[in-house]
Amino acid sequence: MSALSFERFSYSYPGSDRPALREISVTVEAGEFVVCAGLSASGKSTLLRAASGLVPHFHGGQASGRVVVGGLDTREYGPGDLAQVAGTLLQDPETQVVMGTVGAELAFPLENRGLSRAAVARGVEEIALTLSIAELLERPVDQLSGGELQRVALGAALAARPSLVLLDEPTSQLDPVSGDELIWTLRRLNEEWGTAVVLAEHRLERCLAHADRVLVLSDGELVCDAPPREMLSWAAEHQPALQTPAARLFERAGLRPPPAGVKEARATLQSHGLLEPAASPQCDDSAASRSRPRWPRRAQSAPPPALSCRGLSFDLPSGAAVLSNLELSLQPGQQTALMGRNGAGKSTLLRILAGLQEPTEGKVSSEGRVALLLQNPGDYLIHERVDGEVGAEALAEFGLDDIAASHPRDISGGQRQRLALAIVLSGDRPSAVLLDEPTRGMDRAAKGDLITRLNALSAAGTAVLVATHDTELAAAMAERVLLLSGGRIVADAPTAEVLSGGWHFATETARVLGGQGQACTPEQGGALLRARMTIEAAP
Amino acid sequence: MSSLAESKVLLRARSSVCALYGFALVALALAFTHPLILLAVAAATFGAARLSGVQHQLRGAVRFAIPLALMLAVINGILVRDGVTVLWRFGELPLFGQVDVTGEAFVYGLLLALRVVVIIAASALLVAIVDPDDVLRRMRRSAFRSALTAALATRMIGVLTRDARRMDQARRCRPDGGGNGRRAQLLMVGSVAAGALDRAVDVAATLELRGYATRVAPPRGDSLPYSRADRAVLASALGLIALLGVGVGFGLAHFEPYPRIAAVTGLTELLYAALIVLAALAAPLIGERGRRR
Repeated sequence: MSALSFERFSYSYPGSDRPALREISVTVEAGEFVVCAGLSASGKSTLLRAASGLVPHFHGGQASGRVVVGGLDTREYGPGDLAQVAGTLLQDPETQVVMGTVGAELAFPLENRGLSRAAVARGVEEIALTLSIAELLERPVDQLSGGELQRVALGAALAARPSLVLLDEPTSQLDPVSGDELIWTLRRLNEEWGTAVVLAEHRLERCLAHADRVLVLSDGELVCDAPPREMLSWAAEHQPALQTPAARLFERAGLRPPPAGVKEARATLQSHGLLEPAASPQCDDSAASRSRPRWPRRAQSAPPPALSCRGLSFDLPSGAAVLSNLELSLQPGQQTALMGRNGAGKSTLLRILAGLQEPTEGKVSSEGRVALLLQNPGDYLIHERVDGEVGAEALAEFGLDDIAASHPRDISGGQRQRLALAIVLSGDRPSAVLLDEPTRGMDRAAKGDLITRLNALSAAGTAVLVATHDTELAAAMAERVLLLSGGRIVADAPTAEVLSGGWHFATETARVLGGQGQACTPEQGGALLRARMTIEAAP
Repeated sequence: MSSLAESKVLLRARSSVCALYGFALVALALAFTHPLILLAVAAATFGAARLSGVQHQLRGAVRFAIPLALMLAVINGILVRDGVTVLWRFGELPLFGQVDVTGEAFVYGLLLALRVVVIIAASALLVAIVDPDDVLRRMRRSAFRSALTAALATRMIGVLTRDARRMDQARRCRPDGGGNGRRAQLLMVGSVAAGALDRAVDVAATLELRGYATRVAPPRGDSLPYSRADRAVLASALGLIALLGVGVGFGLAHFEPYPRIAAVTGLTELLYAALIVLAALAAPLIGERGRRR
């Protein structure tokens, strides 16, 4: 019996003329690890909702065809019944927890299955240990960070050991370390428990190496169903935005076939003699990079910093220190990425720099206004129409004039992001712009658009500071990376130096090349490989 | 279980007996207007809260209750014309007619205010000592729809509060500060309310996905035996309920506000008030003694 099967399934949301899914026919076998890819609004989330029974039982709308989950036909069984065989994790962790404490949340699905008290206790303990959240068990859920909430919600989805797990962008709020850990955990569950996994994800580089198959959706249609390597070959031709950084690196170097992950890419490069066998991150910390000066003291003639802080500390009411004696200075026009684990204090630092929160100690000074774009752009939208949020000139500048009469809730995620950015940037030009996780849930096309806007701001002399878990974004936009840990900045160096020298806080290109040449982007890596090939080819 | 919960009987006992205990205190405050009994229930409530380490939660509730209670006292004093001891004569006032403030109405207004404060404090104690997750689990078996609504409501309070906090921060990020007037506040409230439906749908979807609707009963004989804390709190609660029955049945602590205040206060009433305090504090005191030992 297959874990999940769609037979010519089509679905339209209530009041919508356009089908969200069209004639989907696909089968996921027990024990398979399937990644669901596609641009924003391609139908990935709807596919998962159909597999969990929410579509159409919960959302209504019109459906045709058939979906069978673990032998249960979704026309006859609702989400509650399907929960016996399928665990589901939806996008927003904030609404994915329903109980008061973490322990109660993990116990909830087990109790709903009528398990004995002992079985519930054992299940809670096991899933807490599996996801490394045992220390959170007694914590109230309203005291958890976004990343912690996501892990707890995942725990609740997995607690009953379902034979199928459906996950919608589970790593979107996680730092690179936690994101990698989560994917490895899923792989382990898949291999050891035989759990079938269907994972919708934008950051394909995180999960493709673990996948048996990739389903690509476009405008509600299944346009590709193939193993990862074949899917990447297909993407190079049909949807380049779905190529992973390693695949783009190979494409730029003229190598084939595209690799499904770092291990495969390194093996191919080694077989072509393009990679030193011992090359691994940090072993190429050449004399040149060591001798490169760190951020030098500001010269007498240099302009004053656009934004700086001195001796900044922030303590929680409980006394726990979030930031400790932090020093930071951003030059006008400088683009900087702020990275660190979940709970490192990135968002707190941005809020203090923007004046939303008072530090416990220390001082912030800026040359002008400091604009802050918070994590959820929807929080900025409080009017009935898009043109109520910001003036016509700003709408035109951000390419939003054609949706001026729309309700802000009806526009796409990318448009919402642009509108929120237009709001915070309206009025006087700010001396610094701070963005908190701006690429959460964004596809590569939308990311490219954001990078273009940040470059334009920077060119106009505005300092840009982006708190992000997205190493690819950091490599593409930043010239400097700050790594925050334990309330302090533990690394402050040029992007290439930080992102090419580690395992977790490193781009896929850097991991493939082992940090060689400090190449972080596929373009830089491709150029490096081409140069090596030219040397090898020379007589 | 947190270290606080581990050390306090009222936080360690099962939610059903804690709920019974809290409701008994609320019922006593509702059943009597006699100031001595109200003061006894207040002493029992605040004493139990202090012994359970939840007094700060009561303090917040009382701070909210006092203005409401004072307003009630003033309204009763002005509007009620019963009583024979006239303190002030305001003469004919439009809408109100002849307004006389009597001593009896004034005192009774203060007693009503005290009663409101005690009821709200006892309710706050009830909320503080009862685990809502446990209540939802138990309610699900007998009243599924009510439990679903309650689960949704309790979860939504937190979600919407956080939404409002984030939206307020986003408002302050606007170059013009987003305005501070009533219009800005209305826009915020409107926006949070507009998003509430979407959020409620998401939370309800999660409840579905966790199998809340399936209602599979746990195996028979799976319930935990009553612990020492359960038995102690149950004994206290039953003691309070018995006192309530005796007091109401025998018409103890009779109080008549009009035309003249008549509050029967003898040895019986004093003993009755002392028993209320003793019954309420017995369980938390036993817990404290056990902990010290």
